[in-house]
Amino acid sequence: MGQSTAANADPMRAIEGERFGFAEARHLLMRAGFGGTPEQIRTLAAWGPERAVEHLLDCGATDAYGWPGENEFDGTIIKPLKQVEQREFKRARETQDEDTVARFRERRQKMQREDRKQAKEVQRWWLGRLIESPRPLEEKMTLFWHGHFATSYRKTENSYHMFQQNQLFRSHALGNFGSLLHAIIHDPATLKYLDNIMSSKEEPNENLARELMELFSLGEGNYAERDIREGARALTGYTYRGNDFLYRRGRHDTGVKRILGKSGALDGDGFVMAILEQRVCAEFIASKLYRFFVGEIPEGKGQAAQGVRRFVRRMAGTLRGSKYAVRPMMRELLLSEHFYDAEHRLTKIKSPAELVIGAIRSLRTPTRSLDILNEAMKLMGQSLFMPPSVKGWDGGRAWINTSTLYVRQNVMTYLLTGVVPSGVGGGRGGMMRLAGRKQRRGGGEDRYDPKVVLRGLGAGTGDIERAAGELLTFMLGGEVNEERHGALVAFAREAEGESFEHILIGMMSLVAVMPEYQLT
Amino acid sequence: MDRLIDSTYTRRAFIGRGLTLASAAATTPWFLHASARVIAAQPGVIGSRAGVPDDRVLVVVQLAGGNDGLNTVVPFRMDEYYRARKQIAIPKNDVIRLDPKLDMGLHPKLSGLKKLYDDGLLSVVQGVGYPNPNRSHFTSMDIWHTADTDATGDGWLGRYFDNECSGKAGGCEPDAGIAIGNEAPLAMEGRAFSAVNFETADMFEWSGKGLHEGMSDAYHGIVDTGVTGGVDEHSNAAFLMRTAMDARVSSDRIRATVDDARVNKYPRNGTLGKQLAMVAAMIRGGLKTRVYYVTHGGFDTHAGQGGSNGKHGNLLGQLGGSLKAFYDELGQAGESGRVLTMCFSEFGRRVAQNGSNGTDHGAAAPMFLAGPMVRPGVLGTHPSLRDLDNGDLKFGVDFRSVYTAVLERWMGADARKVLGKRFREAKVLRV
Repeated sequence: MGQSTAANADPMRAIEGERFGFAEARHLLMRAGFGGTPEQIRTLAAWGPERAVEHLLDCGATDAYGWPGENEFDGTIIKPLKQVEQREFKRARETQDEDTVARFRERRQKMQREDRKQAKEVQRWWLGRLIESPRPLEEKMTLFWHGHFATSYRKTENSYHMFQQNQLFRSHALGNFGSLLHAIIHDPATLKYLDNIMSSKEEPNENLARELMELFSLGEGNYAERDIREGARALTGYTYRGNDFLYRRGRHDTGVKRILGKSGALDGDGFVMAILEQRVCAEFIASKLYRFFVGEIPEGKGQAAQGVRRFVRRMAGTLRGSKYAVRPMMRELLLSEHFYDAEHRLTKIKSPAELVIGAIRSLRTPTRSLDILNEAMKLMGQSLFMPPSVKGWDGGRAWINTSTLYVRQNVMTYLLTGVVPSGVGGGRGGMMRLAGRKQRRGGGEDRYDPKVVLRGLGAGTGDIERAAGELLTFMLGGEVNEERHGALVAFAREAEGESFEHILIGMMSLVAVMPEYQLT
Repeated sequence: MDRLIDSTYTRRAFIGRGLTLASAAATTPWFLHASARVIAAQPGVIGSRAGVPDDRVLVVVQLAGGNDGLNTVVPFRMDEYYRARKQIAIPKNDVIRLDPKLDMGLHPKLSGLKKLYDDGLLSVVQGVGYPNPNRSHFTSMDIWHTADTDATGDGWLGRYFDNECSGKAGGCEPDAGIAIGNEAPLAMEGRAFSAVNFETADMFEWSGKGLHEGMSDAYHGIVDTGVTGGVDEHSNAAFLMRTAMDARVSSDRIRATVDDARVNKYPRNGTLGKQLAMVAAMIRGGLKTRVYYVTHGGFDTHAGQGGSNGKHGNLLGQLGGSLKAFYDELGQAGESGRVLTMCFSEFGRRVAQNGSNGTDHGAAAPMFLAGPMVRPGVLGTHPSLRDLDNGDLKFGVDFRSVYTAVLERWMGADARKVLGKRFREAKVLRV
C-alpha cells in the first residue's frame, strides 16, 4: 500500500493504464483537442495513455491538413505607397490639392475593402481547419498562442499579416517558446498592433515593450516602469515593409540600456534574451497553459490549492529544463494523474471555439455555414483573428453572461437543425426545417442524421429511454442525472408520432440547453 | 458571509416553473409579482431609504481604452499644452468655449455636450484619478470597476446591489442592473448579484422553442430548475444554472421594451447611440432597473489620433451627440429627472504626444456627469501642465469621491459600506 501523503507524493505522477477508460479518453480529446466521436474516444481508450498522448503530440505523424487554396491567400492586396507616391501625397496635402488627396484616399479605401473580403476568407479557412484538422492539438495550441499573443485584424487591417502570424503560431505550436518570443517581435501583425512601426530613438513608443513583459512573458509586477522605457528604446526601428520584418537602422537607439538587470547596447533580441533569463518567465507561461488546459489556479493555503501550485511549479521546472521546449512539459501534463482528477473534469467552461467545433467534431453535425458560425463566435465573444484586446480572451466565467448563453444555446440549435437564430445572418427563427439548404462546400446535403451518434454509442434505434441515457452520458459526460433524463423522456412522449430522428434531434437540442453542456 | 449566496440559491430554487403556489407562497420572491413587490416594502428594499424615490436610475458610460482628457477638455490658454502636442493639439480657435471666464473649453466635436451644458444638464469634473496611477488598461479599468486601488474584489455596483438586496428574500432581481453588449462589466458583478446583459434584444431568446410544441415545456423544465440538487453552489455548474435562469426570467420583459427603441434619433456611426436608444426605451418602458451600463470603445489612440478632426474627434462626436439625443428623448418623455449619467475612462493620456501622432497611457482625466440633478458647470481645477508626475497629470479628485456622491445622494446607499472606506464626497450633485 503506497501510503504516501499528498504532501510528499510526486505531483507529476503519471496516470496508470488501467485507469484510462472512455471518460478519461473523452476528457483528453476534449481538452487537448476539440472532442471526438464515440469511435475516436474508444480508439484512444484502447491505445492507453502513452500512445494516445503521443499521437496528439506528434503532429508530424498525421497527414497535413490541405484546405483548398491554403497557400493562395494574396499577400499583395495592401500595397504601401512607393516613395514617389509618398512625396506626391505629402505635396498634395500641403498644397491642399484636394483632388489628388481624394484619389489617394479612394485607392486606400478600395484596397481595404478588398482586404476585408480576404480577411473573411482567412477566418473561414481557420475555422474550417479547426473543424477538420487531423491534428487537433496543433490547432488547440495555435488557438492558445493566438490568445496569448493577441493581435486583432481590426487594428492591423492586413489579412495576410494575420494569416502569416497564424502560421507562425502553428509552426511553433508545440515548439520552443523562446524562439516564438523572438519571432513575435519580428512579426508584422504584432509590430503594427502594438504601435511599434513608427517607434524611433527620438520618440520611442512603449506599447510593445510593456505588453511584451506584462502579457507575453513575465506578468505584471515582475518588471519596473523603467524596464518598459528602456525596453521601448531597444525595440526602436523594428518595423516591416510589405510582409517582411524591417530593421530601420537610422531609427534604432544604439545607446546603452539597462533592462531587467542586463546592461548593454541591447536591441529587441537582447531585450527578449533578458526576459527569458527571468525565472518567473517559465512560471508565467506554465500557469497560463495550466489555466487553458486544466483549470483555474486556486489561491489560499488549502491542500488542493497548494497541490495545484506545486504542479504548476513542476511544469515550469520542466519548461526551464528543456530550455523552453513546450512539448516535454505538455507530455507530462497530459499524462499526469492530476490532469485526469475528477475535480478537473467537467468543471471548465467551454470556450466558444470548444463549443462550436466540439459539437461538430463529436456529434458529426453538418458544418452548415462557416460565415454564420463565425458570426455566432463573435457574439459569444471569440471572434477568430479579433480578440477583444491585447490581453486576449479571459476565459472561464467571463465567457458566460445572459447574452452569450442564449447565443450558445442557439448556435447548437442551428448546428442540429439548421434554424438560423434571430439576429444572425439574417435569420428569423422558424420551424424545424427538415430539408435544409445545400452545404456551402463539399457538396452533400446538410440534413443531420443523429442516428450516427447513437450507432457509435452502440445503442440500438428505437428505444427512447436508452437513447436519452446514452445522449446524456456522451454529450454531458459523467453520471446521468435522473431529472434531466426525465425531461428528455417527457419530451419524447409529447412528441410521439414524430419520426425517431426528429425526436433525437429534439432531445439533443434539449441536452444542449442544459447549463452543464457548457462544461468540459 | 455566505448568507447572500444562500438567499440567492433559495430564490432560484423557488422560481422553478410549476412549483405549487401553496408551498411557495410564504417565500415568493418580491420581484415575481408586482403586488408582492408592494407588500415586500421592507427595510433593505431598493429605494426604501427615507426621501429617496425608488425609480432613480444611474447610467454609466464607459469610455474604454483611455480617453485623452487634454484633448477633451482643452486648456487652451496653457502654452505647455501646445508645446507638448505640436501635431495633435486643438487650435485655440476651434475650442468650444463654455464660459468667457474659463481657461478651458471642449473639443470642437463635443457640441452635443455644449448644448447640455447650456441647459444646465452637464457637470465637468476635472482632474479625476487615484493615487499611484496604474497605466495598464486592464488593471486600471479593474481599479475603476472595483473602486479598489489593488484592483481586487467585486464590482462596486455589484456590491451596491448586494447590500441593497441583502435583506430581501431572493436578493435583487437580475435585471436591476443591465449592461448592453456581449460582455458583462466587472463593475456590475457582486458576490451574489450579477447583472443581465445583452447585445440586441432579438437574440435574447432561445431559438429552439419553435421546433416543436413540446420543446418549450421541456426547456422551461430544464432552465427554471436553477441549481439542481447536489451541485456545489460555488461551482461553474451552479453559476451556469443561475445565469441560464436569469436570462430566461428577464428575457420577455426586456424584449418587450427594447422593441420600441428610437434608434434613428441618435448618431448613426458607432454603437453608443444605439445603446443609449435602447436604454431610453427601457426607461420609458418602465423597467425597474436601477443601473444601466454602456460602453463606448476605441479610445486607445497610440497612433494617428487626430486633432480637431480624426479618430479621437469622431469618438467624442458620437459621445456628445448620443448624450444629447438621450436627454432630448428622456426630456420629451418626462423621464429625464430620474436619470443620472456618469462617464469615465480608465485613465487619461500622457501630456506629450508620441512619435506616431498619438498619445500613450497617462493618468488623471475629466469625468462627465449629466442630468438635471448635477451641479452644472466645470468643477475642480484643471491639473497643472508644469507640475507633472513622470510626464503625467496629477489628479485632484479621487474617482471614489464621485462614486460616493452618486451612491449617497442619488442612490440613497451607504457609500462607506459599498466602497469599504469613507471618501470625501465630491460636490457634483445638487439633490
